Amino acid sequence: MAARLVSRCGAVGAAAYSSPLVSCRRWSGASTDTVYDVVVSGGGLVGAAMACALGYDIHFHDKKILLLEAGPKKVLEKLSETYSNRVSSISPGSATLLSSFGAWDHICNMRYRAFRRMQVWDACSEALIMFDKDNLDDMGYIVENDVIMHALTKQLEAVSDRVTVLYRSKAIRYTWPCPFPMADSSPWVHITLGDGSTFQTKLLIGADGHNSGVRQAAGIQNVSWNYDQSAVVATLHLSEATENNVAWQRFLPSGPIALLPWSDADHTDFIDTAGAMLQYAVGLLKPTKVSARQLPPSVARVDAKSRVLFPLGLGHAAEYVRPRVALIGDAAHRVHPLAGQGVNMGFGDISSLAHHLSTAAFNGKDLGSMSHLTGYETERQRHNTALLAATDLLKRLYSTSAAPLVLLRTWGLQATNAVSPLKEQIMAFASK
Amino acid sequence: MWGGGKLGSSGGWFLRVLGPGGRNTKAVSPLISSVYVKNQLSWILQIKPGVFNEYRTMWFKSYRTTFSCLNRIKSFRYRWARLYSTSQTTVDSGEVKTFLALAHKWWDEQGIYAPLHSMNDLRVPFIRDNLLKTIPNHQPGKPLFGMKILDVGCGGGLLTEPLGRLGASVIGIDPVDENIKTAQCHKSFDPVLDKRIEYRVCSLEEIVEETAETFDAVVASEVVEHVIDLETFLQCCCQVLKPSGSLFITTINKTQLSYALGIVFSEQIAAIVPKGTHTWEKFVSPETLESILESNGLSVQTVVGMLYNPFSGYWHWSENTSLNYAAHAVKSGVQEHPMSAEFAFKGEAEELQANACTNPAVHEELKK
Repeated sequence: MAARLVSRCGAVGAAAYSSPLVSCRRWSGASTDTVYDVVVSGGGLVGAAMACALGYDIHFHDKKILLLEAGPKKVLEKLSETYSNRVSSISPGSATLLSSFGAWDHICNMRYRAFRRMQVWDACSEALIMFDKDNLDDMGYIVENDVIMHALTKQLEAVSDRVTVLYRSKAIRYTWPCPFPMADSSPWVHITLGDGSTFQTKLLIGADGHNSGVRQAAGIQNVSWNYDQSAVVATLHLSEATENNVAWQRFLPSGPIALLPWSDADHTDFIDTAGAMLQYAVGLLKPTKVSARQLPPSVARVDAKSRVLFPLGLGHAAEYVRPRVALIGDAAHRVHPLAGQGVNMGFGDISSLAHHLSTAAFNGKDLGSMSHLTGYETERQRHNTALLAATDLLKRLYSTSAAPLVLLRTWGLQATNAVSPLKEQIMAFASK
Repeated sequence: MWGGGKLGSSGGWFLRVLGPGGRNTKAVSPLISSVYVKNQLSWILQIKPGVFNEYRTMWFKSYRTTFSCLNRIKSFRYRWARLYSTSQTTVDSGEVKTFLALAHKWWDEQGIYAPLHSMNDLRVPFIRDNLLKTIPNHQPGKPLFGMKILDVGCGGGLLTEPLGRLGASVIGIDPVDENIKTAQCHKSFDPVLDKRIEYRVCSLEEIVEETAETFDAVVASEVVEHVIDLETFLQCCCQVLKPSGSLFITTINKTQLSYALGIVFSEQIAAIVPKGTHTWEKFVSPETLESILESNGLSVQTVVGMLYNPFSGYWHWSENTSLNYAAHAVKSGVQEHPMSAEFAFKGEAEELQANACTNPAVHEELKK
């Protein structure tokens, strides 16, 4: 509501938005450009899933969708023997989204790993918290990113009459329509690609990662800072056979370490060290009656050439939407991987935006209209802001070995472990 | 919706708009300037004399056509037509002037027409769902595909475009030339809508002849409170409808509450609606509307109230019809051919027409 009032005031005043990049120049000779209903900029996990969700939506059967991906098409002819070290932890909510357009079946036919329990403890004290699902549901799934991309690509090919995918296409310029409806200027967003081709669209969805070009072109402010940390990911082999379905996480002052189950046979695991990626939400919790402490398995060796390093930071866009623009995934929010929520938040954005767009399409609305876009923004900002704040707080809290803070977090962890309804709530929040 | 109020608070504002000269075949391209004065929600319109002459010509033309049209109406169905041989058009020239001044503001979603934009959230599902009941298998993505709809008093096309997006073929008519120009211009950017929607500058009476019984639905949203002769208007609506076609009307009730909130508060105090848009005497109560519709062979299916929340900018359905309300009526399917009568009644599951229940087979259908 407040955002809408602000934008209304802004629209009436002389300068519509505080962005320096608003250009109202007339688009000449644009009448022959294809007008798409939705263009998704960025063909990563979140962008491709967004295009799939819209392509399979029943109310979008008559619409034209375009997905722009700067990289080449990744074809996975057959699964490689070695596991890729870029994996994501998929929450049950995200799995539901993926199955709604048939991608989850492909993933199940390829390779994935479910886990049922999670144990998190502190390095500086003996405080520990254990999460277990009472019923036989899985808490989450570990899936290789390549496998998810392959499943999404396959599903996109199945709806190629509605969804067009352009690979090796990077948008170099976006031209926004005038805030005031003017008689002779096109009301659509104009996109120019690197090779000079142009498109027009009624709604532009930015899914192009934390350095989003769409966000920068729209002039949306981004609150961000870098953690002075990088994540290291590698594949490990365990020394003993275990029923490999528990996720382990330990908070060290230098950063959290996590051990994620991958397979039984080879006992390979992924480990994240030194301020590294954690694929599990501290939120994926469920109360256990018996808090039996399990010992993590011991590591035999590290897989050669499987180590990767990448920097970490936090980012949050001040606005998720503008007229005819919406941001999803890392373009809107970038989070520390300790909670394992990065891609799940992106999938949550997709669920929400697809739902709003579907209703709008069934009401014959102009897809770029702010009335339903602000509904998406409100819904997701509430959820994401809370999670980002919690993740950042946890990261800072566990990065220190100062006694008072250690005491505080020890008590906090033990108290949370004891209070079952609280654990349940956190688990439910993170499973969405 | 404080669009007007906010304009006022930002001081005087001068808007100069050049009409799209290349689009119309008329030699004169109108130069319209509107001046908005801070403490007064009034629009001073300065039009070139040539344009004014065109409007006068247009009014005379519609005047003559209405006369000839009314004389040709079949008497056995529309006996009342003979009573209206004074041949008054339903278009109110004063209303035309009011809307002319605001013709370029239609598509600003946060502007003065914002309440109408947000009313689409109610009226489009209302129309869509009632029409979907009559379509056995609808296409996903284009639920209203194959339907021909007439949007009377379409203005800038605010309701016409969503109906077009849902797959229907829509004809939008409006007596104000500038409105149609704005609407035409706006839909021209969308290739899909361009094909599905057609706009015409005319009044309903002018097209009754040529379009008799051709439309599956007629929509007159926020129109009946602006016409001079309501009975003639509704008769014409009925004439252009196919048997079992639907008529959708949204309008304002004539009550003390609607005077207090609809005129005094909305126009004079809160500037939700531009001053002078509505005249309380022309508001229509649901009872009056129902009686006129029933006497013209239209059976009223639904009357439901609508409430506008000026703080949130959203409309809501309501039990209370004392302010705004929406009505859905269906033309009787009685025809000379018994076969088509049966098909007509399949679409009107709730309607009970005494004079149609002659066929026992139809009785069975209705009982289901």
